[in-house]
This record gives sequence, C-alpha cells and structure tokens, in this order.
Amino acid sequence: MKDRTGKIETNENFRTSEYILFAAVTLAVMILCICVGSVNIAVKDIFTAIWNTIFNLPIPEGISQPIIVFVRLPRVLCVALVGAALSLCGAVMQGLLRNPLADGSTLGVSSGASLGAVIAIAFGISIPGFAFAGTMAVSMLFAFFSLIFILSISYKLDSSMSTNTIILMGVIFNMFINSIISLIVTFAGDRVKSIMFWSMGSFSGSNYLNVIVLLVVLLIFSPIPLRYARELNAFAIGEDNARHIGVDVKRVKFLMLISVSALISVCVSISGMIGFVGLVIPHMTRMVVGPNHKRLLPASMFSGASFLMLADLAARMLLNPLELPIGVVTSFIGSITFVYIFYSSRKGK
Amino acid sequence: MLEVKNLTVRIGNRTIIDNISFSVKEKQWLMIIGPNGAGKSTIINAISQGVPYTGNVYFKGKDITRFKPSELAKCIGVLAQSHFTTYSFTVEEVVRLGRYAYSQGIFSGKDEEGEAKIDAALEVTGMKPFRRQSILTLSGGELQRTFLAQVFAQDPQLLLLDEPTNNLDLIYQKQIFELIQNWIKNTGRAVISVVHDLSLAKAYGTHAVLMNKGKVVSAGSISEVLTEEHLQSVYSMDVFEWMLNMLSQWRK
Repeated sequence: MKDRTGKIETNENFRTSEYILFAAVTLAVMILCICVGSVNIAVKDIFTAIWNTIFNLPIPEGISQPIIVFVRLPRVLCVALVGAALSLCGAVMQGLLRNPLADGSTLGVSSGASLGAVIAIAFGISIPGFAFAGTMAVSMLFAFFSLIFILSISYKLDSSMSTNTIILMGVIFNMFINSIISLIVTFAGDRVKSIMFWSMGSFSGSNYLNVIVLLVVLLIFSPIPLRYARELNAFAIGEDNARHIGVDVKRVKFLMLISVSALISVCVSISGMIGFVGLVIPHMTRMVVGPNHKRLLPASMFSGASFLMLADLAARMLLNPLELPIGVVTSFIGSITFVYIFYSSRKGK
Repeated sequence: MLEVKNLTVRIGNRTIIDNISFSVKEKQWLMIIGPNGAGKSTIINAISQGVPYTGNVYFKGKDITRFKPSELAKCIGVLAQSHFTTYSFTVEEVVRLGRYAYSQGIFSGKDEEGEAKIDAALEVTGMKPFRRQSILTLSGGELQRTFLAQVFAQDPQLLLLDEPTNNLDLIYQKQIFELIQNWIKNTGRAVISVVHDLSLAKAYGTHAVLMNKGKVVSAGSISEVLTEEHLQSVYSMDVFEWMLNMLSQWRK
C-alpha cells in the first residue's frame, strides 16, 4: 500500500462518473419497485402512464393509471426520499460525534416526533380538509419543540455542547419520551393496533403531499451537511483537532444538529420509526467509498434510497397480500446483510 | 508574540490554574514543566480556546478571543498528546485538513501554496511514503508524525505542544523534537510545549515556566528556572541527584 510515486492527487470529491453510476442504480431500483407488485407492470407502461398524466393525454387501454400514478409512484418516491434522508442523517451524526453507533435518532428529536404522531393517532387529531396530514403536522410540531428543548438544556448543562453531553441527553430524552408513549398506549384502547403499526414504520397510503414535504425539506436541509463535508471530516478525526485547525466547532455542530433534526423529524412524521437504515447504510457505504464525507454523504444518500426502496418492495411482496411493516424488513434483511459484509471484509484482510 | 495575563481556569469549584502570567517571544521555545496536576495541559487548552477561562491571552497585541477560529488557526497550531482514530482516513487527508483555515467553502480556488506546504510537511516528517495509507494502520509514532505534518501544513507562527512524545519510543522522541527544533529556526516562529521529561526540557528549551498546583513557581530562561532549589521545592525530592544516578548507571 505504500505509495512512493510523485504527484499528489487532489481530487477527493465525488466524481461525476460516480454520481451518474449511483444515480443510475437508484433510478433502476426505482423503476423495478414501480413495476413489481401484486399487479406487475411493464416498464414501457410506466413511462406512458406518467407522461400522459402530466400532459393530460388519454391513457391507453390496459394501463392501470391509478396504480402507477397514484399508488406506486408516490410511495416509491416517498420511500426513496426517506431512505436518502435517514442515511444522510446517519452519516452526518456518525461523523459529527465520531461515533459509529450514532444515527439520526441519537439526538432524541425523532422520539419527540413519534410522541407527536402517537398523540395524534390516539386522540384522533386531524386537520379539516387534510385528513391524512394530522399525524404529520402534530409530529413535526413535537419534533420542533423537542429540538429546542434538547438544545437549550444541553447548552445550559455544558456550553461547549460536547459529544458526550449530546449522546447522554439523547439517551435520557429517548427514555423519557418512550415512557410517555407507553403510558398513552396503555390507555389507547382500540387504537393500540394503529399506533403499533405506525411505530414499526409503513409507507402504505403515501401521497404526493408527503412527497412534496419530503422534497422541500430535503432540498433545504441536505445541502447544509454537503456544504460542510470538510468540517465533518475534521470532526470525524476528532473535535479537538477540528478546533485546532480552525473549524468553528460550535457553529458547525449547531447547523448539523438542526439539519439532521429537521430531516429526521419529517421522515418519522411521514413513515414512522424506521431503524437500521441510518445506522448501517453509512457503514456499508464507507466500506465502498471511504470515510471522506465529500464522497460519503452523496453516496450514502443514493444507497439509502436504493436500500429502502428494495426493503419496501420486500415488505410488500414477501407475504403478499399481507404487508409487513418496513421497519421489520430493514432490520431483518439489513442485519443479515451487514453481518455478511462485515464478515467477508474481515476475512478478506 | 504571545502574552498570557492573569489566566485563571476553574472547573466546578476547583481552581486548575490560578492567576498566571507569562509571555513568549519569537524564536523562543518555552517549556511548561511541573508535576502531574500542576495545570500544564490546561494552559495549552485555554490558549487554544478549549476551556473557558478568565484573564487575557494576547497574540501580537490582539486578544485571541477576538480572532475568528480560522484566523486563530493561521497564528496558533496545536499538536495534541494523543489521537483517537475511528475512521480510516488516509494520512494525506489528515494532513490536507491542516490547510482548512486557508481555503474554506466550496467556491474557494485551488490552494497552490497549500499543495506545496502539504508536500513539504509530508516530506520533512517522513510520512510521504505513507500518504495513501489509512491512519488506522499506523504505529503511535507514525500517527504523531502525521498530526505533526498536519500542523506544519497549517503553517502557524506559534506552535503549542501538549506532551508531544508521550508514549513514544526514544527514537520518535528524538525525531519529533529535532523536527520542531528545525521548524522554529525560521523567522517569526515560537513554540510552547508541555513536557514532563526534565532532560528534554533542558536539552531543547530556551525558556521555561515551572508550575505547581496551578501557580507559577518560576519563569524565565531555562537555566534560571531549572535550578536545584526550584525543582526540589516543586517535586519534593532531590531531582538532580536522582537524574544523575539514573544516568550514571549506564556509564561503563
């Protein structure tokens, strides 16, 4: 591995060819996931249906437009966006906290979002005119107040906002919120089943409102970590080292925590708690593209999207017509895959 | 170059550093010495803005709390005692981060001067052959030389070292101290280092601050500070005799 040749290569960015490759794989998975289901659809028909719907043309005989345009497409888009966001959050938190066990839920904001959703389901809160948006709205509201609460308490305890304070606060906040959720579930009566199903994560019933909300949040908040990839590299090497080389550690930390919280809370409010993606996809991606966040962050987003789409496909198909909660599938398939990859990479050394 | 005035650091209700003052001028290598718990490392942490303190630290007349983090990094570099490695960054990626303060943001142009500095830093620390290697595979000495290369690439005017050769073999101690001795020869540079090895302090330092229990016992040129009397009062043992005995056993 020793390199004794002359020039230093300076390009540590994600190359255009790599972007195209990752995007192509993601797109291929997306098409596959729209095609396959309880009714199989030809690839050609998907494009016809989407094209004709956009331009308001008549749909040819034999193409089930409702399934493609109003069921599968919004669902697959939702899944892909959530996958990308969860995976990005995980990669950011693992770098920021220099802790391979961190993910987007480490800070505890996602628990706040869950609590909001559970309350909305248990008490049947809904917004008039947007029956399905009630859970999402309450959940985001709770996430927002959780973020303010967690950040202000941690800042009061430790104005330098050290890694340990953040992790500890997250753990305690998670426990606190979970106890309240359990309390609500105890008295939820006939709504227990829908709470349970929601908390295991599901994309059934995804619609374009969800897609738009996800897209907007992703477009606003994902560029922030991508812009601070270099600072994240410094954090991943060590927070003190980051400070020594001139990184404004407090500012970067706040920006990252706020971006991650915004992303994760919207994901939770739309799809419930989906474990594993944020934890493991960044690890797998790191094995392929290395730990440099300039490459790791975009690669993680694409891999997260592809992985979650495949997991959702499995959730729909494995026990068809029964649909499994996606959280069950991600954890089940993900952990086996991870052990396999980890084992074979160790053996290869 | 650097002036520390009435520096006090309290953690909880414990006073770690109690109202100390000293200064460093160009070309000086100031050794901060003293027994464990004297507050030596805390001084480095305070100057590098790692712990809250009261009092003032001035760099070339300007209070360092008024520097932006990236401005400060161009003036003051720090080499920590030890480094924890989690992810497999390459040596070159670590060294390259030393140039962070000079090229921030995605729109910054190519840092030509920086490339030369990175190359020179890798060369002088002997890390060039390792530059594509993961930092997880390095020995302690190689890792410390990697971070030394990083701080050389950072090109500060003042270098702060916190026991830079702790846990390192003699050969690395010698290498690292000699590298720093060469570094300081250029104009406009100075070094402050915490050491517990008094022989190293005497061999390489020009000036010293002797600390005990958060207070300065003696400050001045190395020969003024490292007297039998001062050392005896701080270490409560006959340091000179002990060291002579330790060394004389090697005499044939």
